[in-house]
Amino acid sequence: MVYLTRHRIEVHDLLAEVQGPERGGTCVFLGTVRNDEDVTGIEYSAYDDMALGEITRILDEAQVRWPDARVTLRHRLGLIPLGEASIAIAAAAPHRDAAFAACRYVIEEVKKRLPIWKKEMHADGTTTWVDPSRPHPLTPSPLGGEGGRMGS
Amino acid sequence: MGKVSVRFFARYAELAGCTSSAVNVPTPATVADVIARIREVFPGTQALPPKPLAALNLRQVKLDQLVSDGDEVALLPPLSGG
Repeated sequence: MVYLTRHRIEVHDLLAEVQGPERGGTCVFLGTVRNDEDVTGIEYSAYDDMALGEITRILDEAQVRWPDARVTLRHRLGLIPLGEASIAIAAAAPHRDAAFAACRYVIEEVKKRLPIWKKEMHADGTTTWVDPSRPHPLTPSPLGGEGGRMGS
Repeated sequence: MGKVSVRFFARYAELAGCTSSAVNVPTPATVADVIARIREVFPGTQALPPKPLAALNLRQVKLDQLVSDGDEVALLPPLSGG
């Protein structure tokens, strides 16, 4: 399975991997590059071999937790322009609760565990390495998660 | 003496001036010992945090993990995937 790609993510490819007649609920999560400040795009890089191992473990964990679900993902690398997806996760299960839960589990673990980094490209030509451990200057969050420079 | 491959990523690669190399460390050695050696060999990495995230042979580990000859140690900036 090609979990890391340098091409545009095609959601229908993920749907084809998880959907089936016995799975009546499908949940798709997309993380897209947003226009924080003067960001024009984000360059994603990875420790590919380790990332692939972690992705496999995360998906295996989801399979154990929700045995009737099917979950897959793509993470895009390289320069991604505003509005395009850096990550897509698709989860299908017999019912919606498991589909939502599995999808949520995978994106949260991806955020915590994947050795992937992003460099913001600014309109003035400068670049900034994103450090989620530092609060975002414009949208501080007491939780340190959503609203920080976590991207998706 | 053991030879350990080292990998740098993102901002840490900029600090080190390279993405991969190797260092020799007296064994037995820990990941922390490898990082101390890295700081000597790659002066730019002295700007690394005191206890950076590290991976040993593709798995994230604590810095007191023992390394062996031929292992690969990677220094990981704060993760920001997704």
